[in-house]
Amino acid sequence: MSEMSLRNKIAIVGVGESDIGKVPHMTGLGLNAQAAKRALDQTGLKPSDVDGLLTAYSMTEPYFMLGSVLCEYLGLKPTFNASLVSGGASPAVMLKHAAEAIVSGQAEVVLCCAGENRATGQSRDQAVAALVAVGHPYFEQPYGASIPSFYAMITRRHMHEYGTTREQLAQMAVTTRDHAVRHPNAHMTKPITLDDVINSKPIADPLNILDCCLISDAGGAYIVTSAERAKDLQSDPIYLHGIGEYHTHEHLMCAESLTEFGAVESGRRAYDMAGLGPEDMDFAELYDCFTVVPMIEMEELGLCARGEAGALVEAGDTRIDGRMPVNTHGGMLSHAHAGAAGGLFGIIEAVRQLRGGEGERQVAKHDVALVHNEGGILSSHCTMILGREMR
Amino acid sequence: MNDAHPEPIVNADSEVYWSAAKEGRLVLQKCRDCGHLDFMPRHVCPKCWSEAKEWQDADGAGTVHSFSIVHRAPLPAFRDDVPYVVALIDLAEGPRMMTNIIGDNALDVAIGDAVTLCFEDRGEARVPQFRLTD
Repeated sequence: MSEMSLRNKIAIVGVGESDIGKVPHMTGLGLNAQAAKRALDQTGLKPSDVDGLLTAYSMTEPYFMLGSVLCEYLGLKPTFNASLVSGGASPAVMLKHAAEAIVSGQAEVVLCCAGENRATGQSRDQAVAALVAVGHPYFEQPYGASIPSFYAMITRRHMHEYGTTREQLAQMAVTTRDHAVRHPNAHMTKPITLDDVINSKPIADPLNILDCCLISDAGGAYIVTSAERAKDLQSDPIYLHGIGEYHTHEHLMCAESLTEFGAVESGRRAYDMAGLGPEDMDFAELYDCFTVVPMIEMEELGLCARGEAGALVEAGDTRIDGRMPVNTHGGMLSHAHAGAAGGLFGIIEAVRQLRGGEGERQVAKHDVALVHNEGGILSSHCTMILGREMR
Repeated sequence: MNDAHPEPIVNADSEVYWSAAKEGRLVLQKCRDCGHLDFMPRHVCPKCWSEAKEWQDADGAGTVHSFSIVHRAPLPAFRDDVPYVVALIDLAEGPRMMTNIIGDNALDVAIGDAVTLCFEDRGEARVPQFRLTD
């Protein structure tokens, strides 16, 4: 199927997030269910209208066939169901698969959800140890390489090639936290300063703990249907203008570059489908597992030139009142991160901002949003362009 | 680095690699059809999908492409080693691999530094490692 055929054919009609932070009284499945209910309640649809479900995977509750497990838990009997394992890219990839299923008649209403109880469902040591599995089992793990160390090597190379500074990286965390402070459901809402970031506990030099994403209990969900059916629902539809994927490697040792990744190509495909360019984007919700990542994505997605993201962040351009607001909900650095759900909150936030009415968090111009999810070590990329009018 | 570090897991793709390491050699896979030289052992050439592969010794020289100093070890086996260096090395032959930089001056490492192959004993196995070149 040509990706062109998906343009403006489907809409996100409901979004929901679970309680976020430390939620010890809920399971991972429960967090998914709470988010799904909140998303569905916006639309006026009934659970029996949901005939498709896409989810990702869980490390704290490692069920086999998680998609089927969630359908069972939610009492759904769908005609379309899958568990995607594209790491952090999964929530965006779900939208592409859901769109293809809807356009080809395999399903009418698809629930996309992800989430885990990563903060309270396991110990901190277990959380860190489980994530070791992202490294190559035979040629990276034997060296005690951690996920932060992979992103630290990427960070150091960015600093080396472009002169990106420690302060610029820290400013990414500070600006993002400032956005989370304005979010009623964010995990971390205490303002931080540059000094806080620079003096926070070292994890994998040059990254400190405040350069790293959170470990949260959190679930997120969105409901997708055809643009046609969306007209009859009670919620404001947000249309899919463009979407594209690109997958270049899995393990960092196999990446061709530490500064140039696959977001250029996933972004190009999304822009081409939408018939839009970076200059048409009003704001961006980018993947930010570590401070350097949204900066690389800004460069790859054409929001600035190579090596200029640090200066943009430093100048305040990515603030809610800036030229290109980035991660207006607080991102994974400050709003929430729980397994595959991290990037899903960027999609939810894009929908909320496009609809408008987010109070002190609302961006001024909110017609078109750029959303990017990445998985692995900048390995799997999916870019989407969403908007509140068909265009 | 201590002997509690995990021993490498040998499988069909990597048997020759780890056997060579035991003898103090770092080997690379070369495609007989297109000549592509690769670090990560695998059944087919990733460029042309040829199954005709051969092994050649790397000479053991490399440069540091990037590195991190790990302060939070991901596994208990590495907890006593912090701070330690994880690095990506560009071998003189071209391929890139991950390693630790070991030795008393390891924390002085910088991008572009020359490094030299050495080996760390782990039980019956030996794991390729690198030191800063004198």
